[in-house]
Amino acid sequence: MTENGIGAAVRRKEDHRFITGKGQYVDDINRPNQLYAVILRSPLAHGKIKSLETDAAKAAPGVVAVFTGADMAAAGVGGLPCGWGITSSDGSPMAEPGHPPLAVDVVHHVGDQVAVVLAETKAAARDAVELIEVDYDDLPAVASLDAAGAEGAPLVWDDAPGNICFDWEIGDAAATDAAFAKAAQVVSIDIVNNRLIANAMEPRAAIGDYDSGKDEYTLFTTSQNPHVIRMLMGAFVLGIPEHKLRVVSPDVGGGFGSKIFHYAEEAIVTWASKQVDRPVKWTADRSESFISDAHGRDHVSHAELALSEDGEFLGLRVDTRANLGAYLSTFGPAVPTILYATLLAGTYKTPAIHARVRGMFTHTVPVDAYRGAGRPEASYLLERLVDRAAKVTGIDPIELRRRNFIKPDEFPYQTPVALEYDIGDYDAAVDKALELADYDNFAQRREESASRGKLRGVGIATYIEACGIAPSNVAGALGARAGLYEAGTVRVNPTGSVSVFTGSHSHGQGHETTFAQLVTEALGVDFDNVSIVHGDTAKVPFGMGTYGSRSAAVGGVALMNALEKIRTKSRKIAAHLLEASAEDIEFKDGKLTVVGTDRSVAFGDVAMAAYVPHNYPLDTLEPGLEETAFYDPKNFTFPAGCHICEVEIDPDTGVVDVVSFTAADDFGRIINPMIVEGQVHGGVTQGIGQALYEQCVYDDSGQLLSGSMMDYCLPRADNLPNFAVTTNVTPCTHNVLGVKGCGEAGAIGTPPAVINAVVNALSEYKIDDMPMPATPERVWQAIQSATN
Amino acid sequence: MYEFNYHRPTSLEDVSEILAANDEAKILAGGMTLLPTMKMRLAQPSDLVDLSAIDGLSDISDTGDAIEIGAMVRHADVAGSDIVQNAIPALAELANSIGDAQVRNRGTLGGSIANSDPASDYPAAVLGLDAVIKTNKREIAADDYFKGLFETALEANELVVSVKFPKPKKAAYAKFPNPASRYAVVGVMVAETDSGLRVAVTGAGACAYRATEIEAALGKSFSTDALAGISMDAADLNDDLHASSEYRAHLIGVMAGRAVSTLGG
Ligand SMILES: Cc1cc2nc3c(=O)[nH]c(=O)nc-3n(C[C@H](O)[C@H](O)[C@H](O)COP(=O)(O)OP(=O)(O)OC[C@H]3O[C@@H](n4cnc5c(N)ncnc54)[C@H](O)[C@@H]3O)c2cc1C
Repeated sequence: MTENGIGAAVRRKEDHRFITGKGQYVDDINRPNQLYAVILRSPLAHGKIKSLETDAAKAAPGVVAVFTGADMAAAGVGGLPCGWGITSSDGSPMAEPGHPPLAVDVVHHVGDQVAVVLAETKAAARDAVELIEVDYDDLPAVASLDAAGAEGAPLVWDDAPGNICFDWEIGDAAATDAAFAKAAQVVSIDIVNNRLIANAMEPRAAIGDYDSGKDEYTLFTTSQNPHVIRMLMGAFVLGIPEHKLRVVSPDVGGGFGSKIFHYAEEAIVTWASKQVDRPVKWTADRSESFISDAHGRDHVSHAELALSEDGEFLGLRVDTRANLGAYLSTFGPAVPTILYATLLAGTYKTPAIHARVRGMFTHTVPVDAYRGAGRPEASYLLERLVDRAAKVTGIDPIELRRRNFIKPDEFPYQTPVALEYDIGDYDAAVDKALELADYDNFAQRREESASRGKLRGVGIATYIEACGIAPSNVAGALGARAGLYEAGTVRVNPTGSVSVFTGSHSHGQGHETTFAQLVTEALGVDFDNVSIVHGDTAKVPFGMGTYGSRSAAVGGVALMNALEKIRTKSRKIAAHLLEASAEDIEFKDGKLTVVGTDRSVAFGDVAMAAYVPHNYPLDTLEPGLEETAFYDPKNFTFPAGCHICEVEIDPDTGVVDVVSFTAADDFGRIINPMIVEGQVHGGVTQGIGQALYEQCVYDDSGQLLSGSMMDYCLPRADNLPNFAVTTNVTPCTHNVLGVKGCGEAGAIGTPPAVINAVVNALSEYKIDDMPMPATPERVWQAIQSATN
Repeated sequence: MYEFNYHRPTSLEDVSEILAANDEAKILAGGMTLLPTMKMRLAQPSDLVDLSAIDGLSDISDTGDAIEIGAMVRHADVAGSDIVQNAIPALAELANSIGDAQVRNRGTLGGSIANSDPASDYPAAVLGLDAVIKTNKREIAADDYFKGLFETALEANELVVSVKFPKPKKAAYAKFPNPASRYAVVGVMVAETDSGLRVAVTGAGACAYRATEIEAALGKSFSTDALAGISMDAADLNDDLHASSEYRAHLIGVMAGRAVSTLGG
């Protein structure tokens, strides 16, 4: 292994600036002469704007301008586009309502943008926002899937009858029916996947900075994918060509999906900046984040599993309703369809699967990708169902899973729901997890807990996920309205240091470290002589950004391909310098050597020769040493693994305590084990959050009740045990790195493991259902109902 | 926040004067409740009167049969005080269970009981330990102090100066924290005091109150068994996102039992 190369647990380059408070987040940036924007948001879930009076606000001290939806519409500003189109089973396209950045005439959820005030200070803008008088007609609202689907329910959009955005299906319905017809037993389950609010540590922020001298715009924004924002906002909303629009995403404090999407505020500040010819800054406060960041999950499903006499899975039937919120967020429709139902095979050889998914509108904040995006919903449904099947059939839950696993010699494996898995070894992950969790001695621990009056339970879940959506043409056929490749440029500087420009974006993942490790590995350049540049469309090549655990599997591979081009060209330069043939040059440990001799040049000398080409094959080779690669993967990657959770329940209060958590994951080849472990810790924590603590609650009128940290419970360190994590490597077969992705796995495998453990702990009460989050009161109530 | 005038007087007389002169003035202690409320624009005081420069409000002293804690003493200081730990360990533990480290470093005893949030912890101690609230005008017995939701016996321009906690024979506090805020969903203080056995409940109702049924039962037999038959009436209890009134009623029994068993009952 190269020191600090692939596989080394190198400390993160970026941490120095973060830990010393030197990070540069959007809100840390201040442009000369900048104004502050504060947005007036709808207090109602559904209302008609009868009148909107802004004169008093305009006249308030420090106020420079007030704009409304009517102003933006009159200026020809477009709506926020949706990046993924879904076609219903009957061939009709999904309902795609308009989404103006500032509402025009009607508001559709609490928090919907109504007007914006620009003032010299944030305080002045806040004072003035309160002077805007809006007279609403309070219209009836639907805040939940059940309310939206009820007979005669109020419509969110007139052209979406029944509040249905799409009614989509995947799989073979007839084959699935046939499988159920010959089943020895059928097990069913009703599943609610609770709605979540991402709550990245850094609230969203945006600065629009229009340069009237050059007629150019810069947008600083908290985005996971600045090029995507440039394309969507430039082409669809504001009509600004790419060369006139620069989007910068500097340090970003966490995204978890919620910062993928193009948000109204980005368009508002960019547009407003031109209107007043001054920079305009907007920073969300936490309360605003709760009602304006896209939410996650929110599925209601019914699922049935057909089994043979001996527990073989024969067929799976799933009916899911997914809450999309009031508007379609950028990838909203893709999450409960392409990213969810395609994963319903899980790690199992179920031959026939059919899923119907209805995407529904409600008067709530738009719902979109949140860590895992669709895959946690699939794994939760499947792994709860499999556990229930184990109970019904009397087959041990681990044995039942093993019996149905796709075996290592059965790859590549084509599932009945579109995906082709390339490689995996699910038994091996289970073996590792069982050992690490000391599963064999669980009974003893249960007894020990019982002696203290506590109920102990163990839960297991396996999962598979699909990362790095690809290839672009297949994604396009499935409805993607963008490509899904990634780009990387390697610039070797004259003295041999290296600057990398990547389309991926780091907002906590540690790319500045792992990508530098790839450079060190490929070129032998010292780790400290590599810097990774990302997050600025003026600097990096067109790339699609970071989400869906794609950075290593797509961005990292693009970088490897660019590095390979550098290696090839370096060999040619070295061949010239050493008067040998390029085929005879070996490039290793930062040195280029004529094979079988001691004649070599250092890579730094090759770089210098490329930029000072005095002794250089100018007739056959361009000077300079800089290469770019665009990489479009052949397939998704398929991380998989096994999570085991042990809980202890206090029957007096219903409090669930996670006492141990074990994860054995297959992420393919590991670039930096320390960073991978950190990603797993974060994912597992969010998974435990979903399973035990987090719940977004709307009342029937569409008011958000869990609108602050006092009411929305995020998991904290004292809620968590030390995690036991390990990996089991089967390298991805179709990328040069062999990597699969690790960012979301924790959030995918954890919720079913936790809930299976809770249900297991409550088995003496014959409780076999427990909704997420399994709050103390819910657990206590379940025990009450079972004992009374 | 809306604009306001800021004052930092050095005597209680000055405080009274400023308060008397400004109808919409508010006292500022640690700001842990007041400032977030102002930031969310739910409060609009014309003036803030910061108590932090007044001598004598931040003392903890042992007066023999009681300990007296100044209104401006921070929760962390109560939790860490040798005097409190020796005389009334339950009070130190209670203070240490409040919120998080940041809140404990800023929040004050006076602010907590003046605000009388139904979910706050100190009221259970004040009532359970039969404390006396000293104000700039008078002394108020604990039993006369908590009046309702965010409502106390304090009159306009009256401020808490200190609280005198008689040393109990024994006392224990058990709390079921709200998993999000860490405020009390239910907290129960059980204490044997010179004035008898007292059981005070916070979190469950509009304000802290004494659970007389539990006091009576424990008076007969100080044991967890004595609590077995008691079921709390859920009718007047708080019912919200975090806990139904029925669940709170149940938790009162469980927390009382835990406090009793800590005391060896
Ligand atoms: C995140 C969080 C978690 C918390 N968790 C808990 C918890 O678990 N348990 C708990 O008990 N509390 C909890 N609290 C409350 C906290 O402990 C403080 O006691 C409470 O917020 C009062 O704050 P303060 O002392 O800073 O008073 P301030 O916020 O400054 O003032 C509060 C009110 O009291 C008035 N006031 C202040 N001092 C006096 C005085 N001497 N005389 C008369 N009026 C006065 C003020 O005018 C104001 O109306 C929490 C608070 C937060 C923010």
